[in-house]
Amino acid sequence: MLTIIWLILSVGLISWFAYSILESDDKTIFMPGQLTDGHHQIGVACSSCHSDSFSDKEAIQEACTSCHGDERQKPFDSHPRGKFTDPRNADTLENINAQLCVTCHTEHQPEMTGMNGLTQPSDFCIHCHEDIGEERPSHKEMEFNTCNSSGCHNFHNNRSIYTDFLVKHRNEPDVLEKRILPEREFGNILGELADYPHDRFPVKQLVASDADAPQSSQLIGNDFKDWLETAHARSGVNCSACHTSDKGDGNKAVWVNKPAADTCNQCHNLEAERFKRGKHGMRLAVDLPPMTPGEARLPMKKDSFNHELGCTSCHASHRFDAQEAAVNSCLECHDDKHSVAYKDSPHFELWRKELKGIAPSGSGVSCASCHMPRINFDVNDWVSRIMVDHNQSATLSPNEKMIRPACLNCHGLGFSLDALADPALIENNFNGKPSVKVDSMRLADEEQKRADSRDR
Amino acid sequence: MSIKNKLLIGATLATSIAGVGTAIANDFDKPTISAKTMADALHLVMDSDRAIYTKKVVNRLVKKEKVIKASEHFEDDKALVLPAQMFRFGSELVTKRAKKLPDVDFSYSLQSLWPINKQNAPKTDIEKKGLQFIADNKGKNFYGTETLGGKKYFTAIYPDVGVAPVCVSCHNDHKDTPKTNFKIGDVMGGVVIRIPMDS
Repeated sequence: MLTIIWLILSVGLISWFAYSILESDDKTIFMPGQLTDGHHQIGVACSSCHSDSFSDKEAIQEACTSCHGDERQKPFDSHPRGKFTDPRNADTLENINAQLCVTCHTEHQPEMTGMNGLTQPSDFCIHCHEDIGEERPSHKEMEFNTCNSSGCHNFHNNRSIYTDFLVKHRNEPDVLEKRILPEREFGNILGELADYPHDRFPVKQLVASDADAPQSSQLIGNDFKDWLETAHARSGVNCSACHTSDKGDGNKAVWVNKPAADTCNQCHNLEAERFKRGKHGMRLAVDLPPMTPGEARLPMKKDSFNHELGCTSCHASHRFDAQEAAVNSCLECHDDKHSVAYKDSPHFELWRKELKGIAPSGSGVSCASCHMPRINFDVNDWVSRIMVDHNQSATLSPNEKMIRPACLNCHGLGFSLDALADPALIENNFNGKPSVKVDSMRLADEEQKRADSRDR
Repeated sequence: MSIKNKLLIGATLATSIAGVGTAIANDFDKPTISAKTMADALHLVMDSDRAIYTKKVVNRLVKKEKVIKASEHFEDDKALVLPAQMFRFGSELVTKRAKKLPDVDFSYSLQSLWPINKQNAPKTDIEKKGLQFIADNKGKNFYGTETLGGKKYFTAIYPDVGVAPVCVSCHNDHKDTPKTNFKIGDVMGGVVIRIPMDS
């Protein structure tokens, strides 16, 4: 009898494994260990990282750079791969192969994974910089495991903390006199964008009578009103632009009440691409169903668990209200302490004043001001435009990446560094002053004084 | 890839860019130049391009016409790329592009016994010996072979001379420089070119 039970169980188990390998989309049963916070969203899409062979490190490297490649170049990365390709580095690479992402970011190893997905011991800088004490006397007594943890250095992005930048910004006040976000550019540079569908949506103001939705479309009155008040109506983007399947390929346009998820990409391709690089949209980048708050590792509100994240989950269709998307859409789902504390913060007070019209546009600080900052983005090799970076993960891990695109619009560098190094202040959403003092500004100041006295 | 093929690439490069066609036989498919000649030709191109950029762009606009700065933080400072950075960016692009060309394999870097960035100090024995040699023997190059990471290389080291006032003043004035008394005409560092010799 036992043999028969054993046999049935074995056959069942084998069938289950066989089904998982051959048929099922979900192969997480074979996952050797939990994925990091940065990749768990795409855990079921094994092939997005393991495209070719599991042992081919170059193939894995290509998978890494297919998503992270843009940021792994100067000036965004102080240690791009190209820095290590010279054969003179052969000895060092034997100690730590800095040419491969997986050397420091090994996945499926939760028990040895630290901040920012690091799986190397925290003193890894010693492999190349063991003589730093000779070069910088101020660093003589410092331990190598403090390079990254002190708020002074990052392996990759040091754009806001390199010495000359610190020196340049060393005398700034906590709060700058001029505090305003840069204005977004899109409408005013449409003429320069070669891939904008100018032929289909010539820029002109549309009025209610121009709306080309058919009688049968069942659109409600508010939709028309909302559309009329948007940049869409002001820029010649009619109902049919989103509600027909016409892609300009000559096929007959067919009206659709619910446009496809990629409809916005026709004109907002860059925003969509950046959205797919962040935790909100990365599942779409590997052809998985959209992310839902229920699958997040951060605390989320229970009634939002099943919301599918896409353009219209934050920008309600027809109105596409950027102000709504900048705060209320975030707080509809996010339920962590930092998010919950926002409405008691000085930042929110500024935002409230802007919404009320008693403070200038761009002076309020929304969730998006910091987490989706307005950056001057290269559209191509020749054109750039200031746009909202819809990759809301780009300014975190480490959070110093937020300083240049967000904090420095209103705050001095020293204050920003201290504030972002203070976990309690982050948790209460910057309601108060930093209680942490990052040493880098003092060190840079000393370094500069040393150089000045030498010049004298 | 064999050394012959590498030399062939060098020969082609040399004829097309540097004008050392006299070293090439009529039959372009046969390698006829040495690793040393290939390195010399490559260096001639690098050095000439760099001299032109330094003199006709950086020195002219910074020193003579005083219309723009040159800065290592050229993006933040809205300034010109430093000649040494231009050289290094070129080297990185060559490495990247050469990866797609199976018969092309060489690398080059700019180093110094007095580097502003300490990562550009000589590291291997040949680099240390060679940089010292070109500093002590003005006008002479240094050639040798070395094994790195289990691979044998022909390594050539050429003196890098401060040709323009901007070279000298920038290095002397930089807060991280270990040497502050360079003069025009001094050997300030060396260009290291490596060509793998293994098949």
